[in-house]
This record gives sequence, structure tokens and C-alpha cells, in this order.
Amino acid sequence: MPMPPVLKRLLPPILMVLLGLAGLYVVTVVYATGETLLAGVMLVTLVCFVWIYTSKKTYAYRYLFPGIGAALIFVVFPMLYTIRIGFTNYSSTNLLTFKRATQYLLEETYRADGATYNSELHADGSRWRIRLEDADSGAAFVTEPLALGAEGTHLTLKAQPATGPLPGDEMPLKDLIDRQPFLKGITVVMPDGGQVRMTGLREFAPSRPQYTRNPDGSLTNNQDHSVIRPNHKTGFYETADGDQVTPGFQVDIGWKNYVQIFTDTSLREPLWRIFIWTIVFSTLTVVFCTTLGMVLAVLLSWENLRFRGMYRLLLFLPYAVPGFISILVFKGLFNNNFGEINLVLNGLFGIKPTWFSDPFLAKTMILIVNTWLGFPYMMVVCMGLIKAIPQDLYEASAVAGAGPITNFFRITMPLILKPLTPLLISSFAFNFNNFVLINLLTGGLPDFLNTSTPAGTTDILVSYTYRMAFQDSGQKFGLGAAISTVVFLMVAVISLIQIRSTRIAEDTKR
Amino acid sequence: MAIVIDKSQRWRVVAAHVFLICLCALVIFPLLMVVSISLRPGNFASGSLIPTTISLEHWRFALGLPVTNADGRVILPDLPVLRWLWNSVKVATLSATTAVLLSTTAAYAFARMKFAGKKASLVGLMLMQMFPTILALIAIHSIFSRLGHTFPAFGIDSPWALVLAYSGGIALHIWTIKGFYETIPSEIEEAATVDGATPWQAFWRVLLPMALPIIMVIFLLAFIGAVNEYPVASILLRSQDQLTMAAGMKQFLYQQKYLWGDFAAAAILSGLPIAVVFILVQRWMISGLTAGANKG
Repeated sequence: MPMPPVLKRLLPPILMVLLGLAGLYVVTVVYATGETLLAGVMLVTLVCFVWIYTSKKTYAYRYLFPGIGAALIFVVFPMLYTIRIGFTNYSSTNLLTFKRATQYLLEETYRADGATYNSELHADGSRWRIRLEDADSGAAFVTEPLALGAEGTHLTLKAQPATGPLPGDEMPLKDLIDRQPFLKGITVVMPDGGQVRMTGLREFAPSRPQYTRNPDGSLTNNQDHSVIRPNHKTGFYETADGDQVTPGFQVDIGWKNYVQIFTDTSLREPLWRIFIWTIVFSTLTVVFCTTLGMVLAVLLSWENLRFRGMYRLLLFLPYAVPGFISILVFKGLFNNNFGEINLVLNGLFGIKPTWFSDPFLAKTMILIVNTWLGFPYMMVVCMGLIKAIPQDLYEASAVAGAGPITNFFRITMPLILKPLTPLLISSFAFNFNNFVLINLLTGGLPDFLNTSTPAGTTDILVSYTYRMAFQDSGQKFGLGAAISTVVFLMVAVISLIQIRSTRIAEDTKR
Repeated sequence: MAIVIDKSQRWRVVAAHVFLICLCALVIFPLLMVVSISLRPGNFASGSLIPTTISLEHWRFALGLPVTNADGRVILPDLPVLRWLWNSVKVATLSATTAVLLSTTAAYAFARMKFAGKKASLVGLMLMQMFPTILALIAIHSIFSRLGHTFPAFGIDSPWALVLAYSGGIALHIWTIKGFYETIPSEIEEAATVDGATPWQAFWRVLLPMALPIIMVIFLLAFIGAVNEYPVASILLRSQDQLTMAAGMKQFLYQQKYLWGDFAAAAILSGLPIAVVFILVQRWMISGLTAGANKG
């Protein structure tokens, strides 16, 4: 059905206004939950969206906005955020924001003096009543009916002396356990004015909040009347003696992480060795892959050789198999005890190398696997470059009586090495950050001895920061992000060299 | 071609064949071994490349069917391989679709329109591609766990978080599609514009149908990329049922729980289709890219 022209003209602006308003509403809701950063990002996105899709001048940007926006939000923003985290103490001990940490402390309770009640929940239609029985005197009380809700709701119920046993069925223990987080938010006011809360699965007792907030931001401990104050330098609430109260919160600590990286010997020592290994690993990988790839490319470009297509397909296979699968396949094949590689070696030479526990053998294994994974790419690239070499060069050299070895070293290699250089650098950069290989094959193991945080002899920089943040050493996000930032700078330098060499390669082509 | 033929040429050909056959054997050995292992009974059994007894227990495990043990006990597979495979396919389809939508439109602006900051943004995209995502893992984890507080559908353990995280990595796709658009003469769209088509219609009705081959290639590449992606998936997905194949596979080879045979079956199940698609696309992509390069 065709739309009337007026409607067709008015529809886009109306839709735009509605979208804008809906967006604003969502932003406000998000802002109200305290996620200022998220709300800010959303607001900027929304404003850009409305501006770009309403202004005539920004027509080209309408096509760019979704793609560039996604790239900015999900690639550039995380990078900047990484740098930001590097200046904070974000870690497992300082996981929460200041606001949430304060809230957590204010929700802490302690058990005050007074009567303890045994509790039972009885069904009352679709709702429930709590029956409380004084543990000492046996006096029974019953609350008004309540509907079960979500965790985090706070309810106050009044209790009356019970007139007899409650008719409804008691809640089974399993449900009681499931509902405990909700039930803990209930405060029951007894007829004498005392307040009790759930302190055990079947127990209510007077409990009071552990802390009360003072106007100056400090918290008073209701149990012993001491005062704790937030210290925004260390990221903890501290007592007068300087004792830290967990949980801590995130604060900026300036350059502390960086100072630690470069001066703390227990950290600097493994970091330096990991850095050296990262360089050695990426360099050797590039050398091995390129050498093998280039030799194969020369052989497969040799027209007197038959079955070249078949060889090419077979040799290309490692590149086609998903990396996570082939790396894990090698992990199994190299297994010390029942790996097929050791079975073959044992049968042929009677040796069983311990690939995973000896640092040198582990490094050798990594290089073997990475060469297997990486040479097909180099082979395909070199074959393309060899095709571009003019044939008359070889004819001239044949006339001069040169053999294939001379041809390779005097013609083929010098001619393809220059256009190959940018690719070699990008391959170096890729392996510099080849996290998947290290993480899946050895996980960085075997570890160094005597280090403050677990560090492996086969770890490269990125797998080391990963372990620091997500594995065995207690979620040191801040420190990990600081190391990532340093690696960022290294990658930037490598990229700069790559851009420069690409330009040189293009200039010589012209 | 060199006309002068050396005497030693025949020997060189034989030597080259021997070398290549040995190398092919080395390259193929791990792959054939996996097939053999997936058919051997037991998780620790060793034997020759061609298994003497063929057992389908690992394949039953990978497909989630109950397996009868050697001592007669029936065990249900505890690693939901098919579920992971489905998660992988789901995430990959969604993120490949997103990648195609985002990159075809952006590439259109880059290929056909004039606007401020065009060159800078193209270079910027290239630079972005150089910085590996792995370096921002901590930030990505933190961003999505915070996002999850407000929007649980996009938090940790949600496939949508992964789709969002992957949606930024389209720089290379934009460059590829832009190259392809530039091979299509702009006169065709200009003709459409003369007939009264808006730029959007010229794009949607004229250019895009012609760019279908490259769109297919980008879709498949993005699909394979998402299936193979391991680091981001491994930090954003935590619970067993939400894992993708790439994030879950390593659970087969824990020191305490070593399921070598079951791993082999699962690896073939998920790896074979991807490898086949990759070999097909690779050829297609090289022709698409060189076609794009011819013009410039």
C-alpha cells in the first residue's frame, strides 16, 4: 500500500525524534544506576547518531557511522581504557568502585544482644508467613504474609503473638536455601519494638548494621565505636592505626605500576627474561617460516617438477586448519607419556624427551609447532612474488652458466626480499603477540622459580599479562594493563618500522 | 623458461620430490594421526597409524550420545560439544552478518564519496588493525562486566557480548570491499542517479548486487575468523553451556582429565568444515583481491 506523500515526508523526522527520546531515556536510566562512563559513551553515540542522520551536510557519514562507530567503541576505546586501568590499583582486592565498596560495608551486619528466634516459613496461599519461636521462652510469633521477591529488596514486617500453629506447609529446605538472599533483606519488628533479621537458615536474631555513615564520609563501627576513613591513596577504608578494611576500592595510583615494573626486582627479573624470549621466539619463528616457505616456493615454481598442484594443496593444509585445533593436536602429540611423537622417538632412538617440563625442550617444541603453523603463508606469498620476477633474468644467468643455487642467492632472494620485508615485520609483530599459541600449547609453563607472581619460561609478554589478570596470580588488572601499555608502545614502534619499510618497498617498485 | 638443460637436472628433480614428499608426510602426519586417534578405543591407547580395532566411542562422545565403557558402565558425555559447536555457529553467523552490514556501507562512503577526514580515517583504520586485541583483553573484560551490571544481555557469558566485541574488527574488510567497489565503474551508479535514484538506492539496488561475490567472501572470512577466535571468547565466556568451540576445546586436554580420543573426534567434527570452507574461500579471495588491485 503506497503511503500518502505527507506521511512519507513526515515519517523520518517523527521516527528520529522518537528514537532520540527513547535513547535519552535509556541514557538517564543508565546514569541513575551510577555507570557514569557507560552513560557518557551512550550519550555521545546518541548525539552523533541524531546529528549525522538529520543534517544534510553529514550525508557521507551516515554510511560510515555504524562501522567507524563500532571500531571506535570496541577497538579504540578498549585500548584507551587499558592505558587508563594501568594507572589504577584495579585488582582482586580492589575490585569495586568506591560507591559499591561503601555500599557493601554499609550492608554488613553483626549480631546484637537479645533473644534469638527459631524460624519457619509457612505457606499462606501463594504467600508466606514467618513463624518465630523464642529459643529460650518458647513464645511464638507470626508475621503478616509476604510475597517472595528478588534479592536486594528490603522489607519490614510486623510480627504478632501466635494464636496457634500455622496451617500452611513449611517451606522445604532446598527452597529455603534458594530464597535465602531475599529473606536476608527482611527486617521483622517484634511486638516489643525489637528488630530481628535472618541470621541462619532457621534462625532470626537481632542484628544491626555494622557501620553507620558519618556526614564527613567516615564510617563508625557500631560494635566497637571505632571510626574508619576512606584512604583514596591506598584504595581502602582504614582504621586510625592504618589497618585496611576489605573490600578495597579502585583508585588512581599514578605511575606506581610502572615504577613497579621497572624497579621491583622480583617482577623486573622475570619480565626481562620474558621480554628476551618474546624477541627470540618471534625472530626465530619468522626466520624458520620464511626460510622454509621460500625454499618451498622456489621448488613449487620450478616448472620441471610434476605434481606441483598436489604438493601445494597438501603443504597449504596447516594454514586452513583452525589454529586452536592444530595447537591442541600438537599439545596431545607432544605429551610426555602417551604422545605419539614420543612413541615414535622411543621406538626409533629409545628417547623420551620431556617436552613440557624442560624449559629448553618446551621452547624447541613451541618453535617446531609455530613453524608448522606459519610456513604455508610465507610459501604462498613467496610464490606470488616469484611469479613477478622476469624470466629473462634466469635465461641470462643460464647462458652465463649459473646453477640453481647461484640463481637463488643472486636473483630470486634479493628480488623478493625487499617486497617481503613489510610482511616479515608484520609477521614478527603478530608472533610478538601470539597469545593463542603459548596459552593453548604450554600455558607459559614450566614456571620460573622464586618469582613474586607466577611467570613461565615459555611465557611471552601478552600471555604473561593474561596470566596476571585472569589466572593464577589474583587478578592484578592494574599491573597487567600497565604491562600491556608498555607492549602497546613496542607494537607502535614495530608498526612504524613496518610503515616505513612498506613505503620503501613501494618506492622501489615504481 | 631456461632452454639450457643441465645434466644433473634429473637428479635434482628426484631430490626435490624426495624432499617434498618427506615434508608433506611431516605436515600431514599430525592430521592423519588425529583421524586415527579418534577411531581407536580408549583415551590412552597407542598403536599404529591405521588402527587395528575401530571404535566409534569417541565419535559418540563428541555427538553427545551415551558411551558404554569397557566394564559395561554407561557414561554420558560431560562436555557439551554439540552445544559448543552451535554456540560457535550462532556467534559466528551473527558477527559475520554484522561485519558485512558495517563494512559494506562504510566502504561505499570510502569508495564513492568525498568527505572531510577521508584519508586520515583510512590510515587510522589500517593502524587500528595493527594493534592486537589481546593487549586490550583486560579492558574488554572490564567493559563487558560493567556493561553486564546494567544490561545483563550484553555482559559476561552472553553471546551478544562476543558479537559486539568482534564488531569493531572490520578495518581489513572495509579495505577489501573498498578495493572491490573501485573496480566497478561508477558510471553505472551515475546512470541510476540520472534516472532519479537517491545515493542510497544507487548503493542498495545497483552497487551491492554487483558486489555480491566479495560480500560472500567477507561473510565467510568473518565467519571463520569468529569461529577461530580464542582469546576474547575465553575471557568473556565462563559457563560450560555458553562456551564456543574455540574456548571449550582445551578442556579435553587437562592434565587431570586427559580425553585424547574424544578430543580428536571433536576436533575433526569442528575443524574439517572450517578447513574446507577456508581452502575454497582462500582461492576466491585471492582472485577478488587481485581483481581489485588491477585497477589502481
